[in-house]
Amino acid sequence: MDLLIKLGNDMVRLWDAYGSAYLGGIRSTLILAVVATVIGCIIGLICGILNTIPYTKSDPLPKRFLLRLIRVLVRIYVEVFRGTPMVLQAVFIYYGLPYFSGNAMRFDNIWVAAILIVSINTGAYMAETVRGGIISVDPGQTEGAKAIGMTHVQIMTNVILPQAFRNIIPQIGNNFIINIKDTSVMFIIGFTEFFAFHRYITGVNNMYFPSAAIEMIGYLCMTLIASILLRLLEKRMDGNDSYELVQDDSLTLSAGTYNHPDRGTPFDERNPEGQKSILREELRRQAERDAALREGKKAETRRSHGNRGSDQDGGER
Amino acid sequence: MGEKILQVSHLSKSFGKHEVLRDIDFTVNKGDVTSIIGASGSGKSTLLRCINLLETPTSGEVNFHGENILTRKGGAAAYRTKVGMVFQSFNLFSNMTVLENCTVGQIKVLKKNHAEAKELAMKYLTKVGMAPYINARPRQLSGGQKQRVAIARALAMDPEVLLFDEPTSALDPEMVGEVLSVMRDLADEGLTMLVVTHEMAFARDVSNHVVFMRNGVIWEEGSPQQIFVDPQKEETKDFLSRFMER
Repeated sequence: MDLLIKLGNDMVRLWDAYGSAYLGGIRSTLILAVVATVIGCIIGLICGILNTIPYTKSDPLPKRFLLRLIRVLVRIYVEVFRGTPMVLQAVFIYYGLPYFSGNAMRFDNIWVAAILIVSINTGAYMAETVRGGIISVDPGQTEGAKAIGMTHVQIMTNVILPQAFRNIIPQIGNNFIINIKDTSVMFIIGFTEFFAFHRYITGVNNMYFPSAAIEMIGYLCMTLIASILLRLLEKRMDGNDSYELVQDDSLTLSAGTYNHPDRGTPFDERNPEGQKSILREELRRQAERDAALREGKKAETRRSHGNRGSDQDGGER
Repeated sequence: MGEKILQVSHLSKSFGKHEVLRDIDFTVNKGDVTSIIGASGSGKSTLLRCINLLETPTSGEVNFHGENILTRKGGAAAYRTKVGMVFQSFNLFSNMTVLENCTVGQIKVLKKNHAEAKELAMKYLTKVGMAPYINARPRQLSGGQKQRVAIARALAMDPEVLLFDEPTSALDPEMVGEVLSVMRDLADEGLTMLVVTHEMAFARDVSNHVVFMRNGVIWEEGSPQQIFVDPQKEETKDFLSRFMER
């Protein structure tokens, strides 16, 4: 218990001294993660779409060759960037490009370098995710779209991609959260994100554990908020669970498909005629009661019958 | 007899070494309601899919108004707007509402404006009794309702021929009626229809031409009277008697 209190005190002291540095780090981490995830998704989307353009044996040779080539190139890109650690990719690109180009190509802005590296990395994962998302959409959707004369591009943009995108949102969320955490390796090229500040701050005062605790809490907060936001996005995309019946069209009413328990009663808010029909109903019942009285006692049962019958009439109109 | 709309000649289709259709010949005239019957695996659906180019025939011709659509360059999409299709599994676009399902083709393919597209969509949705549900999504509808929307979607493209691929086979028995009655209305209005079906009563009462398929060939064809009352071939009698017993 004492240790926990001590830890708490240390964390407060650290935060008092370096709070703004930590917050600055969080800011950098989030900007990098968001921007790189978005760009990565775009890269992945393009790769995934290129990868799923269909071709048949009857297509002209150049087209088949080109599509084949694209698939091979995408495959190489995916395998290389998925198969090597991002920390090494960062070193490789950040220091490798100037090295090979004799300093002609170098990164003057550390942000550009960091965003580029994380984007390319995310893109490699997303390419496969998007491909999976496109494949996962029921082939019947494509057939339905073909049957009304849509071209491949129209089918993709109107039918397949919206559904594929919905299906891969959880995976995009995954990538975003991974990016929030894994951008921490960008310290290797001198990018000062959240984790980099931990290294600087502990380098000054050796308070490793309290600082690490702050980092843990910080990262967890970021990822939790990201999770919640993504869930909300998913819900939004799924649309409303219920829908409204539309019946301002007189034809639809007579089609007999519109039905609900309040129909034709005063409780039917959608039916301004409701009140009138109730009146009519009342008059009819009155007439029936009168008739029944005239017929005498035996008509008692028939009256209730008649009433039920007229209720049904009202319900069906 | 109206003018010839579709003429299939010597059509064959193989999947690998398996020959599904062999030397199919038949004609669809304007206003015809043709039913294609036969046991499962006899090639009925494949024939329909070949006509709509969802499958590419191995050989033969599909002539639409006298023009072979198999050799016409890049014409598949344009041709399909003229030949609508209703699927066994509905294939409504699940990312769209009922109304959007019926307007997207008109807007994107036929380049109509939104108001026009909506008007026509509403006309057909009303006809199939689905107008109140325009804001619903396909997942919220029953099978019969979905199929009626699918029919409206196909009609909204104003096709010359409508192909039905076992439109009621995926439906619960109590929903079959609502879809068949819509189809019956369409037939009465003179829409040219080609229906693959297991509903023998529909084939007998609604269509004016019945095609019995067996093992990938047209075994026997003729008027409903000829096929159902006086079939010439043993296999046709056999098939029909098995159906009537059930």
